Amino acid sequence: MKVAKRTFDAVIVGAGGAGLRAALQLSEAGLKTAVLTKVFPTRSHTVAAQGGVAASLGNSTEDNWHWHMYDTVKGSDWLGDQDAIEFMVKKANEVVVELEHYGMPFDRTDNGKIYQRPFGGHSQNYGQTPVSRSCAAADRTGHAMLHALYQRNVRANTQFFVEWMAMDLIRNADGDVLGVTAMEMETGEVSIFHAKATIFATGGAGRIYYSSTNAFINTGDGVGMAARAGIPLEDMEFWQFHPTGVAGAGVLITEGVRGEGGILRNAAGERFMERYAPNLKDLASRDIVSRSMVTEINEGRGCGTEKDHVLLDITHLSPETIMKRLPGIREIAIQFAGVDPIKAPIPVVPTCHYQMGGIPTNYKGQVIVPKDGNPNVPVAGFYAAGECACASVHGANRLGTNSLLDLLVFGKSAGETVVADFQSGQLTLKPLPDDAADVSLARIARLETQTNGVEVNDVRLDMQRVMQKHAGVFRFADMLKEGVTKILEVAERAKHTQIKDKSKVWNTARTEALELDNLIEVAKATMISAEARKESRGAHVRDDAIDCAETPNGRDDKNWLKHTLWYSEGNRLDYKPVNLQPMSADVEPIALAKRTY
Amino acid sequence: MSSKRTVNFKIYRYDPDKDDKPYMQDISVELEESDKKLLDALVRLKAKDDSLSFRRSCREGVCGSDAMNINGKNGLACLTSMDEIAQPVTIRPLPGLPVIRDVIVDMTQFFKQYHSIKPYLVNNDPAPERERLQSPEDREELNGLYECILCACCSTSCPSFWWNPDKFVGPAGLLAAYRFLADTRDQATSERLDNLEDPYRLFRCHSIMNCVDVCPKGLNPTKAIGKIKDMMVRRAV
Repeated sequence: MKVAKRTFDAVIVGAGGAGLRAALQLSEAGLKTAVLTKVFPTRSHTVAAQGGVAASLGNSTEDNWHWHMYDTVKGSDWLGDQDAIEFMVKKANEVVVELEHYGMPFDRTDNGKIYQRPFGGHSQNYGQTPVSRSCAAADRTGHAMLHALYQRNVRANTQFFVEWMAMDLIRNADGDVLGVTAMEMETGEVSIFHAKATIFATGGAGRIYYSSTNAFINTGDGVGMAARAGIPLEDMEFWQFHPTGVAGAGVLITEGVRGEGGILRNAAGERFMERYAPNLKDLASRDIVSRSMVTEINEGRGCGTEKDHVLLDITHLSPETIMKRLPGIREIAIQFAGVDPIKAPIPVVPTCHYQMGGIPTNYKGQVIVPKDGNPNVPVAGFYAAGECACASVHGANRLGTNSLLDLLVFGKSAGETVVADFQSGQLTLKPLPDDAADVSLARIARLETQTNGVEVNDVRLDMQRVMQKHAGVFRFADMLKEGVTKILEVAERAKHTQIKDKSKVWNTARTEALELDNLIEVAKATMISAEARKESRGAHVRDDAIDCAETPNGRDDKNWLKHTLWYSEGNRLDYKPVNLQPMSADVEPIALAKRTY
Repeated sequence: MSSKRTVNFKIYRYDPDKDDKPYMQDISVELEESDKKLLDALVRLKAKDDSLSFRRSCREGVCGSDAMNINGKNGLACLTSMDEIAQPVTIRPLPGLPVIRDVIVDMTQFFKQYHSIKPYLVNNDPAPERERLQSPEDREELNGLYECILCACCSTSCPSFWWNPDKFVGPAGLLAAYRFLADTRDQATSERLDNLEDPYRLFRCHSIMNCVDVCPKGLNPTKAIGKIKDMMVRRAV
């Protein structure tokens, strides 16, 4: 079968915050760039971010990047790489101010500066008191950001391929990345996008869990493509459960609600976070708040007839504050929880929200893999940024507002690296192998001809239930072991998915089947990496990790202060050291300590 | 209310690969108690018949993917409650745009009009080191404008847009135009007004206000259009 081929300097997969930020860099430098996206850019999931983007602007309270760095390293439970973290927090002011210049409608302080609010885990003076670091546009920061970035790309004449789904990564015999195959959803035709540089900005895979704040489209496409092409995935056992998803619906309620003064209460009306985090209380980091909530529920202090949730209370805030700072939350609570938060508290439960792990990269956005004894060798022509990548700045637990910062800083950084590599002549168009599209065509052909197969829906639901039950907020040694067996069974069945819809035109059944292939890679990586990590760290907490002086909170630095690398082939695990050394001499390494809030 | 209930649908179906022409399909589906919104019901229907095609993503009313015509009125499936909906639930594609398949429409013309108003901030002063200042009151002017999710419910409910989709910018595009006209940081006011000074682009709006009626975000394009018309008049005198 003949496959159409298009040639570009660079191809970017994904048009959320990271992809659009990278695209801007490339378009403005004059590179011939294709941005592939399976949804119109402003429909990408960055649009759903609510509470803000972190930057130590210090507009309301004194702040500096040193404090932000400390909070991020501590939040990561020391699994974050300190060079990448230093890079990110130092760049924060620059990338946020740029956005303002692009037209982003930030809220304002009385003196006209960008409005900032407190957020979980962000503090003044190395953990002492909450700091206002989250730059916000009401509770629609992601929407305002994504639209501003898209608009700036319209100005820069970026070339988009809208509703094109990337299918597989193309590599040559040396392992260099040469582009991707992609399917135009309107026609079902597969094309090759041949490029000197390929940037993945495909977001996370929160849909591996049954209960998720994530959009339908968050199926880990880039992560799955990378894994199938032999790239290892880093730290996939670490998933963030956001404390406040609407009970039953999963829809996100921003931490900004607590930043504005919201309080979590149990069935007795008690502000229980005072017991778990005496200092930052409701604004402790997300892993801690989520575990505290589940503990309350497990110990019988949950709310409602099933005692299966807790309440997020803002009834003590003035209606004016709620209407001005949290208007979107009020809409969501009325729509999805059936309560007006001005009058009644919102029922919430911890809900899968964010993938801390991903495709391993350095702070320049280059994808790095182990080779000849060096754990961090760049893959020629391959870059990644945003939630699909693992830089690693979030380590074992991400702080709220650091995700929007991550996609701005590393989207830009990946773009700058590609532009620099392009201008220095380092990037060349390498010849395509003859079989460049074969894998993708075979996947399509299998779906055409599969008989006696299994329904995509059934397999996906089984995967989501296994993940939810076996790799949730609290993890248990025996459940993880059983989880590995079960997820491998599900993965086996996923090879035989069958669809009834055979149309070439806008075949969403086929799209969902292809997405499931990506989800399955992520689910396997998560379960297998989690089963193997015999300690508690950040969002990964197991029952058999002992809290004692040597392993505080069950964290075993002697044996487990290292990044996991999972390879799809043979489900092989490898590990590499965490970089505890900052990038510059401006700051001392943040020394290991027990995490309390 | 019992935990399970059956809901009847009439859905516009068209697959150019196999259908000569569109038809309305009668189909019913049993909903689970957790199926609260129309989108939940459509996902349930799709599990029964995987050929049913529609766009969806965030399922919380912020991405703008799942706009469709629901019982004769444009809206988002994810924000439409199944509790009070009249049966059979009649689902059609957004009116006035070419249908690609089922309720998936070709939105090229809609985005072309959005792009035509130069939807980006223009400020040619050298970028300062820090943020440009804007008072809270000036920022307030953008409320009700910047929240648009480009779902196209408004423009595809507008008779003027149906008649002249190539010439009339339509409510979504004009709301975006005023979003930049109202921004104290933007310097392209006169170019923006020039760009709309034409018998069609702006002035085809006859204040029918269908756009206001259907906007799932509660925005008011008609009011914004009125403000642009005011600006036109003020600069003429």
